[in-house]
Amino acid sequence: MSNTIIWTIVILTVLGLVLSLVLYWVARKFKVEEDPRIDEIEKTLPGANCGGCGFAGCRAFADAAVKAGNLDSNYCPVGGSDTMKKVAAILGCEIKEAAPLVAVVRCNGSCANRPRTNDYDGARSCKVKSSLYSGDTGCLYGCLGCGDCVAACQFGALSMNPDTGLPVVDEGKCTACGKCVAACPKRVIELRAKGPRGMREYVSCINKEKGPAARKACAAACIGCGLCEKTCQHGAITVTDNVAYIDFGKCKLCRECEAVCPTGAIHGVGFPKELDKEAVKKRIADRKAKAAEAARAAAEKKEDDNG
Amino acid sequence: MAKLTFSIGGIHPADCKLSRGCKIETLPLPPKVYVSMFQHLGAQAKPIVEVGDSVKAGQIIAEPGGFISAYVHSPVSGTVKSIGLRKDLAGFNVMHVEIDVEGDEWAEGIDLSPELVTAIPEDRDFILDRIKMCGVVGLGGATFPTHVKLNPPPGKKADCLILNGAECEPYLTSDFRILLERTDEIVVGAAIMKKVLGDCPCVIGIEENKPEAIAAVRASLARLGYPGIRVEVLRKRYPQGGEKQLIDAVMHRQVKSGGLPIDVGAVVQNVATSLAVYEAVQKNKPLVTNVLTVTGDCLPVDRMHNYLFRIGMPLSWIAEQAGGVPEGAVKIISGGPMMGKAVANFDAATVKGSSSILYLGEGTRRRQETPCIRCGRCADACPMGLEPFLLKKLYQYGDPAGLEQNAAQDCIECGCCQYSCPAGVPLLDNIRMAKAQVMGIIRARNAKK
Repeated sequence: MSNTIIWTIVILTVLGLVLSLVLYWVARKFKVEEDPRIDEIEKTLPGANCGGCGFAGCRAFADAAVKAGNLDSNYCPVGGSDTMKKVAAILGCEIKEAAPLVAVVRCNGSCANRPRTNDYDGARSCKVKSSLYSGDTGCLYGCLGCGDCVAACQFGALSMNPDTGLPVVDEGKCTACGKCVAACPKRVIELRAKGPRGMREYVSCINKEKGPAARKACAAACIGCGLCEKTCQHGAITVTDNVAYIDFGKCKLCRECEAVCPTGAIHGVGFPKELDKEAVKKRIADRKAKAAEAARAAAEKKEDDNG
Repeated sequence: MAKLTFSIGGIHPADCKLSRGCKIETLPLPPKVYVSMFQHLGAQAKPIVEVGDSVKAGQIIAEPGGFISAYVHSPVSGTVKSIGLRKDLAGFNVMHVEIDVEGDEWAEGIDLSPELVTAIPEDRDFILDRIKMCGVVGLGGATFPTHVKLNPPPGKKADCLILNGAECEPYLTSDFRILLERTDEIVVGAAIMKKVLGDCPCVIGIEENKPEAIAAVRASLARLGYPGIRVEVLRKRYPQGGEKQLIDAVMHRQVKSGGLPIDVGAVVQNVATSLAVYEAVQKNKPLVTNVLTVTGDCLPVDRMHNYLFRIGMPLSWIAEQAGGVPEGAVKIISGGPMMGKAVANFDAATVKGSSSILYLGEGTRRRQETPCIRCGRCADACPMGLEPFLLKKLYQYGDPAGLEQNAAQDCIECGCCQYSCPAGVPLLDNIRMAKAQVMGIIRARNAKK
């Protein structure tokens, strides 16, 4: 009896020792050399695994960054500049400063602005809806209001406003990962620079139809009249395919475009004061009058010189 | 004789053929027509007329834009008012030719007499050319250009021409009416197509709920005496008129995944297409008219109609002729209730394939979606043997490889799964998206090869 117990203990001990040696040998033989910086970088990253950087997750991002040795094409939108500085310190390389971005919904087709022309009775999904038909309003381009972007957001930054039927971005929570941009079948959402102290100007419409058709579909549509383009002193606005676009890299936040827009399609957000349209319009008129005066004076001078 | 049917799946929706007793009436001409350049499957047609041109009915106004495309003819005589974008049924901008109607003068060489011409031309190429030049497309729903379908690629031979008179969609009665009223012409059309396909046998399949049509076609066959054409009675079951289901029912052959009917020696044409082929070949009359049913569950029977319409007539104008939109209608559908399209823009113009204006009442709203209870009814109902519940999950979890393995691309979008789902899950909506995704992947892969 006691013999059996002793033999059992002996056999198991020997077996354990032999197997541990085998395991030790295998671990040595097939050891994967991994750069310790990958672990370090992964710890620095936010760990959201959202895929906003274009990689499958934070680990994949860290791996790619270490392999590349620089951060030229890798950027974590969720962590932003602070995180990227830390990552750059680990890698020992320089980074370019990138302006923080935020998701912007470029549609103001609320129930009041954009009358419903029919009633949608299908699956509550923008993707499905856009595959079936043009939508429940006269606008072919605007928000469909089924909330695919809200479902795609992992940070709870998007919600539907029940009054307007449009998504609303919570700037504090938005990390600019770009998931909502990809989820929107109409490409209504764009990532734009947050702007100094959150101040920014944007065109809240992407309707490419000609003015009358766009206006008929929605009272807040950009009709492509080009007034903003003519007014802008900084060359930030271009009108292509009957819709204006403000280049946030060039915009100086003078708000003149917002004041002249006949349909109110240009929105300014984050400004401390409400826009005094009349004052801005007067400023533009004064400037134009001055320019005309100067031109006339120059012409007269030229005439005098000639004469 | 045994009634034929397909082997798996299918559903039995209520028949609702309420307008079966309404004779075909010819609509008057509207002040304007809008002829879409997207009347068919494939490439958009290219307009060859200019603003200000005067056109006659039956004159070519647009050329095919590719191999799979079709000629479009003016349905009326008048002046071309404009050529530009106009919203179609689904609200999307499509190129339309707007024509102001003046009188009703037809182009030369078109025989408008009602006499039946039974002598079939000998030359196969002549027949195919006539079909092509008259812009004939499949009128069963998919509007695939008929001359392409009747000209199988080399090495493939048709063993059987199946004429689809099933009309398995509830409510629709346009095919039934033409089977009754234009029987002889349809039979001659069948004989013409049969000849083009190398004198293969021809089966006219009609569902059992249309005994009058079955009798009429049998009588016509006996009278006209074309050999090799017979009528088969099909069981009433949806989607009996689906191409692959019909081949299964009549020939007991299965079209493989990704294959075409011609791979198993079958060519399927709708009875309305047969009528169009007859008119094109024997009368040189282009496809500018078709029959459409105005019906619905909230429409009194005395306001139901089967209309012979010209393409380009706005749906809303046709509805006005029939007494306007009835009270209580919550949905307007163009096509059958199972596969038809909800009308987003009621001012949209009719096209070659328009088959109905269907008004549905309050009871037809979608049910609230509740969680799947895993009863498996969708899988039982699927006539293609797919597993709709699984495909929906795979699509939602973003697994295109899994979707392809489970043959999402084989879905015929008949809607049996969604119809049979007790939980009101929007299965077809998701599978349709999945199918588009998988088809895209397959096309990209084939393009690479």
